[in-house]
Amino acid sequence: MIERIIIAGSGGQGVMLLGKVLAQTAMLEGKQVTWFPAYGPEVRGGTSHCMVTISDQEIGSPYITEADTLIILNHPSLEKFKGMIKNKGLLILNSSLAKIDADVKKKILQFPFTDIAIRLGNIKVANMVALGCFVAAKKIIKVKNILKVFKSIAPTGNLKILEVNQQALKEGLRLNHD
Amino acid sequence: MEKIFKRCQSLYDVPTHYCPGCGHGIAHRLVAEVVDELDIREKTIGIAPVGCAVVAYDYWNFDCSEAAHGRALAVATAIKRVHPQNVVFTYQGDGDLAAIGTNETIHAANRGENLSVVFINNAVYGMTGGQLAPTTLLGQKTSTSIEGREKKAHGYPLKISEMLALLPGVCYIERVSLQSPPEVLKAKRAIKQAFENQINNLGFSLVEILSPCPTYWGLSPKESLDWIRDVMQKEFPLGRIK
Amino acid sequence: MKILLSGNEAIAQGAIQAGCSFYAGYPITPQNEIIAYMAKHMPSSRTGVCRTGKGQSQGVFIQAESELAAINMVYGASAAGARAMTSSSSPGISLMQEGISYIAGSQLPAVIVNIMRGGPGLGNIAPAQSDYFQATRSGGHGDYHLIVLAPACVQEAYDLTQTGFDLADRYRVPVMILGDGILGQMMEPVQLSTKKIKVSLAKSWALDGCQGRKPNIIKSFFLREGALEDANLKLQKNYAIIQQKETRYEGLFLSDAKVILVAYGTMARIAKSAISQLRSAGKKIGLIRPISLWPFPQQPFSIKNSRVKYLVLEMSYGQMLEDVRLAVGGRREVEFLGRSGGGVPSEEQIINKVKKIL
Repeated sequence: MIERIIIAGSGGQGVMLLGKVLAQTAMLEGKQVTWFPAYGPEVRGGTSHCMVTISDQEIGSPYITEADTLIILNHPSLEKFKGMIKNKGLLILNSSLAKIDADVKKKILQFPFTDIAIRLGNIKVANMVALGCFVAAKKIIKVKNILKVFKSIAPTGNLKILEVNQQALKEGLRLNHD
Repeated sequence: MEKIFKRCQSLYDVPTHYCPGCGHGIAHRLVAEVVDELDIREKTIGIAPVGCAVVAYDYWNFDCSEAAHGRALAVATAIKRVHPQNVVFTYQGDGDLAAIGTNETIHAANRGENLSVVFINNAVYGMTGGQLAPTTLLGQKTSTSIEGREKKAHGYPLKISEMLALLPGVCYIERVSLQSPPEVLKAKRAIKQAFENQINNLGFSLVEILSPCPTYWGLSPKESLDWIRDVMQKEFPLGRIK
Repeated sequence: MKILLSGNEAIAQGAIQAGCSFYAGYPITPQNEIIAYMAKHMPSSRTGVCRTGKGQSQGVFIQAESELAAINMVYGASAAGARAMTSSSSPGISLMQEGISYIAGSQLPAVIVNIMRGGPGLGNIAPAQSDYFQATRSGGHGDYHLIVLAPACVQEAYDLTQTGFDLADRYRVPVMILGDGILGQMMEPVQLSTKKIKVSLAKSWALDGCQGRKPNIIKSFFLREGALEDANLKLQKNYAIIQQKETRYEGLFLSDAKVILVAYGTMARIAKSAISQLRSAGKKIGLIRPISLWPFPQQPFSIKNSRVKYLVLEMSYGQMLEDVRLAVGGRREVEFLGRSGGGVPSEEQIINKVKKIL
């Protein structure tokens, strides 16, 4: 098994964190994993991305040229990365901020992650809605382990942050994948 | 019979390599006397520069390190931070401290490193053969300012001590001279002050010493001392700067 | 327990685990996580004040005013007996070369980390391996060497940094940890050491005041006729011992390989992926991964099979290639595939090249 995932959005949308949660969960499950960020000057705004590879064998380059899955949170990132998905790959798209027409070459799941996050009361958790969507579609890591990772990285003493992230993950898991 | 003058314990009993009339020998001795008087020989660490005083560690009888040209204060910063209980000083010429090492000088001073600096200003590069120094006076002839230092071509004599005095991290700066025996005694007092400041954890102290270089000034030793008094001290006035 | 760390963080944590008590650095991408990690985790880094009376302070962190200052601070700290480290990336390492030469000439131990980026000049911040010559050929002036260690994964970055401090102290030489932007930025699980943090060896040559002993002098200046040659011969003798004892490499499928890929660091990871594809297609491909770049491992190149060919892979236009050619000594064919300036040879490019050679 090898799963190569590119996660992209605008700086500040939490794409790095999404990737790290994926990577930490995979590590917890004893899988091989690499997390590789774009390390340009982007901090806020612009596009930001990271690449996560999860495998049961030694991983070569952490740099992904052909992704099994693209998780895209805004339109500029879609433009930048849509060519980097492999044939029949999965595109998970934040339809609140980007749109794409159906395409026979890839499987597309588009949902309004940002709108869902706003409804939950925190726009910043759109990334975790997208994570839920990914995990439901590709069952390569377990939800209970993601929750463990949430607990380990949440700022201590701020239960609210932890709760809203858990809710966002659940919303994502519940999205219709048919 | 009472002995009233002797070699310092902090100086080895060896002749120095300096030219006749050079100020380095006097300045080395002043440092050694201060170290002896403060009874800190066994905790002193000196940093020798690149320049005429590069082998100062052949004359001083305490721990010493060499430093690359201009980097003495970076080296000293680290040694003092690793061994805060030791007394660490740098001994640097004008080219070392105020040209190639200006950045290290300013930043060590600005961090308020608890160090003592003995800064030898002889307005010329000695070891490399008498080139223009940052402190060379206007009109002064050197091998790279053949017609004399000219402000349009070479800029002005750099008053690094006055510049450093602006920094809040700096505790003490004084300019002294080796021009006459009374001035030499004042120079020693200033060096002692700089070392005492460090022992009392007061921060960055620097003593600028106007020092003769008869060889590259083209003067006799006696004329060199007069030149310090009559010319150099006008551009670089003596006294406490901070 | 494993934790997820970037290569940069693992190097910093490895240094702390090895008892590094002095760090000075200057920010430059892509190694900024090292300086930030050291600032956060060096014990008593904010004050730098000794808590232990006579003896070394608990740990000192300094953000230097330049790479020149940083390397000379490392020189000073090492002269004072501390386990000292700095880190930078290619242009910053160029600035440090004079200081590294002084450290080597003064026989001081130190660890210098270079997380390489593209050059020449300001280049870019993309990963590269184009400082191999600078690292292995004494990048500063004079006849000297660094021990150069090249980790290929984050765990190895953590482990080799600790090894680096031990080697530096044992041989009184500067050690370079040579990685690239991918290794520095990439996160992987790391098994942290549970060993107690090492206390550095007593260093009788270090500067701490001449109480009860003759003064110590740290210097690389030998003006008397013949003195520098004597000092240099002493260094060379030390280098000969290091060459004998401290070569490190990983070899894969060397017994049956028809083509042997030679790659280090990040490039070796990609080579391994290519090999696993090629071998599952029945192609007999092997790998030599030098871990110490200086001393360069000669031994694995003495393979008897006279038809074996080598393919050197680098993120440069052919630098380690020269060492491979020297090791092979003209007895076998040596091919090359390399890209630079942010380009990284891909699995596909490697496979195509191998097929051509076979």
